[in-house]
Amino acid sequence: MLSKIVRTVANQLILFILIFGLYVIVHGHLTPGGGFQGGAVIVSGVVMLLVAFNSQELKKSLRERTLSIMESSGALIFIGLAFAGIGIVFFYNFLVGTPIFGRIPVTGPNPGDIWTGGVIPLMNLAVGLKVVAGLSAVVLAMALFSSGEEIEE
Amino acid sequence: MRQVIGLIVLLVVIAFLVSGMLLLIHPFGYPPSDMDDYIIENAQEETGSNNVVTSVVFDYRGFDTLGEATILFTAVTGVLLLLRTVKRKEENS
Repeated sequence: MLSKIVRTVANQLILFILIFGLYVIVHGHLTPGGGFQGGAVIVSGVVMLLVAFNSQELKKSLRERTLSIMESSGALIFIGLAFAGIGIVFFYNFLVGTPIFGRIPVTGPNPGDIWTGGVIPLMNLAVGLKVVAGLSAVVLAMALFSSGEEIEE
Repeated sequence: MRQVIGLIVLLVVIAFLVSGMLLLIHPFGYPPSDMDDYIIENAQEETGSNNVVTSVVFDYRGFDTLGEATILFTAVTGVLLLLRTVKRKEENS
């Protein structure tokens, strides 16, 4: 566990890192970024907490079982969205034109609308959930292994 | 002596390969394909996504992203299998 200054700054900074990661994930179909990149941003915040506090403190709030369930559900949502368009072709964007995320922007530069993109925002959310849970589980398992502690199931 | 000959042979081979690479390389974007023009013109209309790169990654080449997610899943599974040391209760019944 590092000094009190580092812990306080990490406590204040984690909010902004989480908000920026969520922004990158949710606006993946409008601005550069997407599920993988935003998930990596959020996991960097988790690593900052892991350095500031030690793995014992973080083990109390990040359960390995919850992370496994989150990662598997992200993968299942992703594959389910891919299979949902199999009436036409695998990975068909079946939500374009429907009221849910179905608006079509004009071709060319435009400011953008959050309700566009079809299944792409949903897939971004699924991949972001998967990356956050998976990489957090990896980092936590490595930290607990190097400190010689057991994971709480 | 053998080292000098080997060094000379190595330099000749490297020079041959580098000169061939520099002389035979295609200019940037030279074999023009219709695929990029098609995606630039039609991606916003077909997928409804302003970010054309994301529409390629998640729609046109979605199968590639599925493989990427599978690689991540396999890596996480391997790390957790190797490094997880769960204390199990010994059943003394």
